[in-house]
Amino acid sequence: MTGRDRLCFAAAIGLIVVAGFVQSWNTAFAILNFALISAILSLGINIQWGYAGLFNIGAAGFVALGGFAVVIVSVPPVEEAWRAGGVRVLLALLIGLATVLTAIFVWGRLRPGRIRTISVVALLCTGLWVYRWLFDPAVSAIESVNPAGTGFLGGLGLPVLLAWPVGGLLAAAAAFVIGKIALGLRSDYLAIATLGIAEVIIALLKHEDWLTRGVKNVAGLPRPVPYEVDLQRTDWFANLANRLDVELAGFSSIFVKLCYTAILLAVLISLLILCERALKSPWGRMMRAIRENETAAEAMGKDVKRRHLHVFMLGSAVCGIAGAMVTTLDGQFTPAAYQPLRFTFLIWVMVIVGGSGNNWGAVLGGIVIWFFWIEVETLGHLLLDAATVWMSPDSPVRLHLMDSAAHMRNLTMGLVLLLVMRFRPRGIIPER
Amino acid sequence: MDFLNAAAAFANFVLVPGFSYGSQLALGALGVTLVYAVLRFANFAHGDTMAFGGMTAVFGTWWLQSRGIDLGPLPTTLIALPFSIVATIGLVLLVDRLIYRHYRRVKAPLVTFVIVSFGVMLVVNGLVRLIIGPDQQRFADGERFIVSAREFKSLTGLQEGLAFKTTQGITIVAAVVLMAMLFWFLNRTRTGKSMRAYSDNEDLALLSGINPEKVVALCWIIAGGLTAVAGVLYGLDKIFKPFTYFQLLLPIFAAAVVGGMGNPIGAVAGGYLVAFSEIGITYAFKKVVNHLLPQAWEAQGLLQLLSTEYKFAVSFVMLVIVLLLRPTGLFRGRAF
Repeated sequence: MTGRDRLCFAAAIGLIVVAGFVQSWNTAFAILNFALISAILSLGINIQWGYAGLFNIGAAGFVALGGFAVVIVSVPPVEEAWRAGGVRVLLALLIGLATVLTAIFVWGRLRPGRIRTISVVALLCTGLWVYRWLFDPAVSAIESVNPAGTGFLGGLGLPVLLAWPVGGLLAAAAAFVIGKIALGLRSDYLAIATLGIAEVIIALLKHEDWLTRGVKNVAGLPRPVPYEVDLQRTDWFANLANRLDVELAGFSSIFVKLCYTAILLAVLISLLILCERALKSPWGRMMRAIRENETAAEAMGKDVKRRHLHVFMLGSAVCGIAGAMVTTLDGQFTPAAYQPLRFTFLIWVMVIVGGSGNNWGAVLGGIVIWFFWIEVETLGHLLLDAATVWMSPDSPVRLHLMDSAAHMRNLTMGLVLLLVMRFRPRGIIPER
Repeated sequence: MDFLNAAAAFANFVLVPGFSYGSQLALGALGVTLVYAVLRFANFAHGDTMAFGGMTAVFGTWWLQSRGIDLGPLPTTLIALPFSIVATIGLVLLVDRLIYRHYRRVKAPLVTFVIVSFGVMLVVNGLVRLIIGPDQQRFADGERFIVSAREFKSLTGLQEGLAFKTTQGITIVAAVVLMAMLFWFLNRTRTGKSMRAYSDNEDLALLSGINPEKVVALCWIIAGGLTAVAGVLYGLDKIFKPFTYFQLLLPIFAAAVVGGMGNPIGAVAGGYLVAFSEIGITYAFKKVVNHLLPQAWEAQGLLQLLSTEYKFAVSFVMLVIVLLLRPTGLFRGRAF
């Protein structure tokens, strides 16, 4: 890190401090926490794009899988639903999986021709029929168990922090499957394929109510930090607030956010250390060599496809971890919130603006872009207010513009991306 | 066994919607594939440019309606359509001039173009939301049906109705006319041939004196026009909502890739193929089958392969299958 880079980081933190003084410290810490998660997400995409030149625009899907991990790990199991159809659903899924694997096996074993096509199609049809026969009744049984309160299988009831690595594993597993299919295609085809897989994952999480409650959301997820109300009741905390001479309720909410900040910072720093070491190791040099010239790297005996698959899984796993963190911080799982513009393209803006190929750049981009993503609405409102101050306060143009300040986000982010691509294509902290 | 009723139900729920949705996808995919053929990158801003086209048509229609102008049984939007086409072409030409041209000059890698198109996508998306807002707008007027389900029933005496909406008719007619014009232009005119030559072999085309900037501008003009028409027709037939256009990106790309990126005939075939698969796989065939089977064998289930929530999964799966088995697409595009 050069002196200039440190200055950039100081400026980014300074922005959040200013928000603390101008708005409130509660807001500032909320921005900081999500900025830290954004930095992790941006590291994940940087691993794929910056190190290896892999074009993944399915981040939203992997983030959603991370969020789903929080549900299956931390929510207590719904016993009645399990009795109603849990085993049957699992059996159906196993049969579905077995069908697909057998079909792939048969496809590989038989010689091309009519017999192969017919047998594989017949196999798939039978498998599908058995699967639906087991699956459908079980699902409606599970969903009819107290639909207003639960209506799904629930999770394992384990500590919520365990969901973070599980989220990473789930995302890596999904990345393995999609990578096997789509890696090795030209870059824009890979992009289209990853966009597709993200849509499919999000559609599954939205509509498989027996598993995730779908758009009914799972609220009240357990937290790794104490609740504000409980804090306010304890003596030491009341004493602390007294000694600092601050208002108890507000302080408890800031204190909880600070706890989160500590955990998030710990994860971010360990990931950053790992990434820095990886990038500076022979492995990192090999990845960059592959990125620069695949043919030359292959000639040197590197297994490009395998390396790509690994780095794709690694980056997606980081996205999955970040996704689990988002859901933990929110305290609820809302599948409808996984918009590609917010969870994929915004992350790309972060990586490009920060500096692709440089871990520090990606982290800086994550923090800065997140700050502006949140504050553009406020700033846009002020700006439009100032620009239209000469109009009468009830002029329709002025009212419409003030209303639409909320939609300035995408416009601003797009402009930032275009300007950086044009005038500083290597980002704020370029690759070294 | 009742063949006629089955056919009517099938046409009502699969054939007619499939043809109109397929026409919309084909027009969208043609735009994507033309840009790909000439500029050689996948344009992610396409969906939001369609939204822009739709938006201009909505405003045009509102203005005309406020003037009391209409087309009688046809939707007023048809008068606003030329205006919308011009506005969209203006937008894409401006974007090309301000943004893409620079990267052509510095001979940037193709991936840069794709990332830049993300930026354009975000900007156009923001513009549309800023101007018209994120909510849905209805702007179809005039006669709703060419043949309504009830008219069809009383006309033929069948149990099943077959509705044919005006917007569906307009979509199909407009798509067929536009495609015929496009293929005539590409295959018969000198300018069209120069465009294909440039797409096939850039260096040879340059050698024979074809002006690349002219070809690129022409490509944007045609693609912009098609984009506007696709956006307006989709909004007219379904509903105008900025967000849905972003979601259309996936089926449109799927159509273009399935047919073969860069190949206009492929884009048309891909559009209809994706549309019919999407509708056919998510349609519950119970009604159709029950008309065909004797009463005793009546089907109990819905006979639906996949519920409608997963229609985007269909285009994705088609995309994956084609990429795995035949990466250049059914009609040999110019991938690889």
